[in-house]
Amino acid sequence: MGRAKLPRKSTNIDMTAMCDVAFLLLSFFILATKAKPAEAIHVTPPSSVAAKKVPQKDVVLVTLDPSGKVFISMDDKSKKEFIANSIKNTTNPSLNVNAFVNATFWGAPFAGINSFLAIPEDKRTGAALPGIPVDTTKGVNEMVEWMRLVKSAYNGEKINLLLKGDNEAKYPAFRAIVDAFKTNDLLKFQMVTNPEAAPAGTELWKIWNSGDKSARAEE
Amino acid sequence: MAEMDTSSGGGHKKGPGVKKGKKLSTRVDLTPMVDLGFLLITFFIFTNTMSQPTTMKLNLPKDADKPEDQNKSKESGTLTVLLGKENHVFYYEGQLKPDGSNFKSASFAGENSIRDVIIKKRNEVMARHVHDGGCNEIWAKHKGDQKYCLDKDLVVVIKPNSESTYRNFIDILDEMAINGIKKYAYVYIAEGEETAIKLTEGAAGK
Repeated sequence: MGRAKLPRKSTNIDMTAMCDVAFLLLSFFILATKAKPAEAIHVTPPSSVAAKKVPQKDVVLVTLDPSGKVFISMDDKSKKEFIANSIKNTTNPSLNVNAFVNATFWGAPFAGINSFLAIPEDKRTGAALPGIPVDTTKGVNEMVEWMRLVKSAYNGEKINLLLKGDNEAKYPAFRAIVDAFKTNDLLKFQMVTNPEAAPAGTELWKIWNSGDKSARAEE
Repeated sequence: MAEMDTSSGGGHKKGPGVKKGKKLSTRVDLTPMVDLGFLLITFFIFTNTMSQPTTMKLNLPKDADKPEDQNKSKESGTLTVLLGKENHVFYYEGQLKPDGSNFKSASFAGENSIRDVIIKKRNEVMARHVHDGGCNEIWAKHKGDQKYCLDKDLVVVIKPNSESTYRNFIDILDEMAINGIKKYAYVYIAEGEETAIKLTEGAAGK
């Protein structure tokens, strides 16, 4: 209706504050993801369609690196102390119990554990470490003894036994670890993998899409 | 909002001798910067939630080395998958014939993939299935839904050799989950099978 000009008000909003908030949130999320401790042993696990989340408590993690070396880490210090004391009282009186309890992971033959603990924490990287011997053609599968110690430390409580293996690790080392579990009657364990979606059209995909919770729980 | 106010009095002539009378305003619009900021936030939120590793459960049978347990499954429903070096996978149905005529090879992806073989075998077994007494306990678990007993006779036996990798093993276990195979076992590989693998790999020049 004509050219009635309305008095124009300024519609400029100062976006500085919004920008500040955006970058604060961004910094928060960047720091929240990068706050993991750098891994001393580099392992690329394979991806799988399994969907269970990694448990956080009572975890005994066995790591298998590409060259077949085996390392163990446990998060519960009291159980580690129990194991250290058992070793000290039986085979290795000169074991440094404190260093063992504070070590994030360990991987050395029983004979070499003192020298392993003597290496300073930041120098314990994968390539230089011997790993726990598991090859039965070259000696004894020491994992059997380690798993026995772990089992006795937990004394009947539930252990979340995790195995994190690298893509290129050869089957015999994996088989030796599994045999060590079996010998000690540790029949349930989980393998850490990267998540992957079920391929379209397959049985598993049909189960996921049908929303059938009981079928998914069976996995 | 999206303005760059460049014309502060740009229409006026200030007087003779003025070359560039325009004063440029320094008002910068921050909208695209905020957009970028939120895009980056969304990116980091999504990569954070998606990068949590998941776990795959594996239950070990108590005594997998007893030969009696291995022979309980019907020969017609058994598919044996063998894993060799460099992502090679071989399979045979039933028992391995002495002349190796039913020993075939497949791949992990692409045409002739092991998944197609598994699906084909599963469909065969399900089509052939005749409900018998053993089905009753399966039906009891699934409230009488008859379709759960169709794959009762299908067993997949996995035999990795010493040159296969952990990833091959996990991939095969994945195929079990993807194709809905409920009965599977992994056992040590036998001499005859090792020879068959070596011959096939040698013949293919690998």
